[in-house]
Amino acid sequence: MSEKPRLTYINGRGRMESIRWLLAAAGVEFEEIFLQTREQLLKLGQDGSLMFHQLPLVEIDGMKLVQCRAILSYIAGKYNLYGKDLKERALIDMYVEGISDLMQLILMFPFSPPEAKEKNIATISEKATERYFPVFEKVLKQHGQDFLVGNRFSWADVQLMEAILAVEEKVPSVLSGFPQLQAFKTKMSNMPTIKKFLQPGSPRKPPPDENYVATVMKIFKLD
Amino acid sequence: MAEKPKLHYTRGRGKMESIRWLLAAAGVEFEEEFIEKKEDLEKLRNDGSLLFQQVPMVEIDGMKMVQTRAILCYIAGKYNLYGKDLKERAWIDMYVEGTTDLMGMIMALPFQAADVKEKNIALITERATTRYFPVYEKALKDHGQDYLVGNKLSWADIHLLEAILMTEELKSDILSAFPLLQAFKGRMSNVPTIKKFLQPGSQRKPPLDEKSIANVRKIFSI
Repeated sequence: MSEKPRLTYINGRGRMESIRWLLAAAGVEFEEIFLQTREQLLKLGQDGSLMFHQLPLVEIDGMKLVQCRAILSYIAGKYNLYGKDLKERALIDMYVEGISDLMQLILMFPFSPPEAKEKNIATISEKATERYFPVFEKVLKQHGQDFLVGNRFSWADVQLMEAILAVEEKVPSVLSGFPQLQAFKTKMSNMPTIKKFLQPGSPRKPPPDENYVATVMKIFKLD
Repeated sequence: MAEKPKLHYTRGRGKMESIRWLLAAAGVEFEEEFIEKKEDLEKLRNDGSLLFQQVPMVEIDGMKMVQTRAILCYIAGKYNLYGKDLKERAWIDMYVEGTTDLMGMIMALPFQAADVKEKNIALITERATTRYFPVYEKALKDHGQDYLVGNKLSWADIHLLEAILMTEELKSDILSAFPLLQAFKGRMSNVPTIKKFLQPGSQRKPPLDEKSIANVRKIFSI
């Protein structure tokens, strides 16, 4: 009997959301612990549970994994979402790293001052439509397949889907110049595990609000 | 006949240095094409050589790879420096993320104003000695082996050595409370491929000087 992976974070997207997406897309059920106070975080640090005193933390297969990328790589590898060989893995890694740079802008957005918000949305829109989305539009167009790498569902597809939806929340018409990505988004939305994750009541977290920002500032002492 | 990997970057350390370290430690000879001025970067972009319009870019095995971490993961996998299974890979990934965070802080210093820089040097010193180095000291202590993961040289060891040397450039006695890391540094420095890389005349790059900083700013428009 294998235990479910256990995720420790705050009750919001942040750096844990990509991990929730990947586990859900892989059809893996998981448990979540939500920290509410700084004391809880410090206690975890003292317990030795957090290698670098940082979250996210995912307990899986007897390990206490930290660092998003390490966690995501492990999950992708374990659930066969990491390509069939080194070269496919290289492509997936490149795509995921690029998308991650775009997602970083989204991650930081709630913490920017009100006067900078409009400019930041413009930056997100520009980067998405000029640097990142054209790459994946071209990839899909060139091979004509449903998935980004190796004609098979992978971590790269999950990450791209997450990014598309996240950017659309800020820039609703962002896919207007990208017909391949529109079709991709529809196909991904209809994959059973992803469809389930997109329904209300799933572990997917809502967009960050003021409450989330306040909780993060309090727990991680960012002020 | 395999071609040598070809690295595209500026003539400094930056994000390419970890890649130089890993190739060198793996005993892989490589060529370098240096971006000396903005036009060189523009040419690479216009050629369609840069997937996300950014460097580092490494031509290897018929691919034009970008994104530092993707490149490092590929090299580690290809040259058997990535552990023997998924779990060892997870440990290597975790360790490397820590040293990446530490070195990232140091890499940003040359581009900061004097007062910010001073504050950050203090922060880096604190983080190195209270957050990062204790982790690796403990790992070595707990298993008593020469290498961080799986009793075998891996990407994690090479990255840690690079981080140690980089941090020592900021504060030469930074390892004073870490006897096992001192021993680790000594051992790793004597690994033949690494020893060669540490000698003058290798492709290892020096820290940035004022002139280079200005040039980098110009090339990347920062």
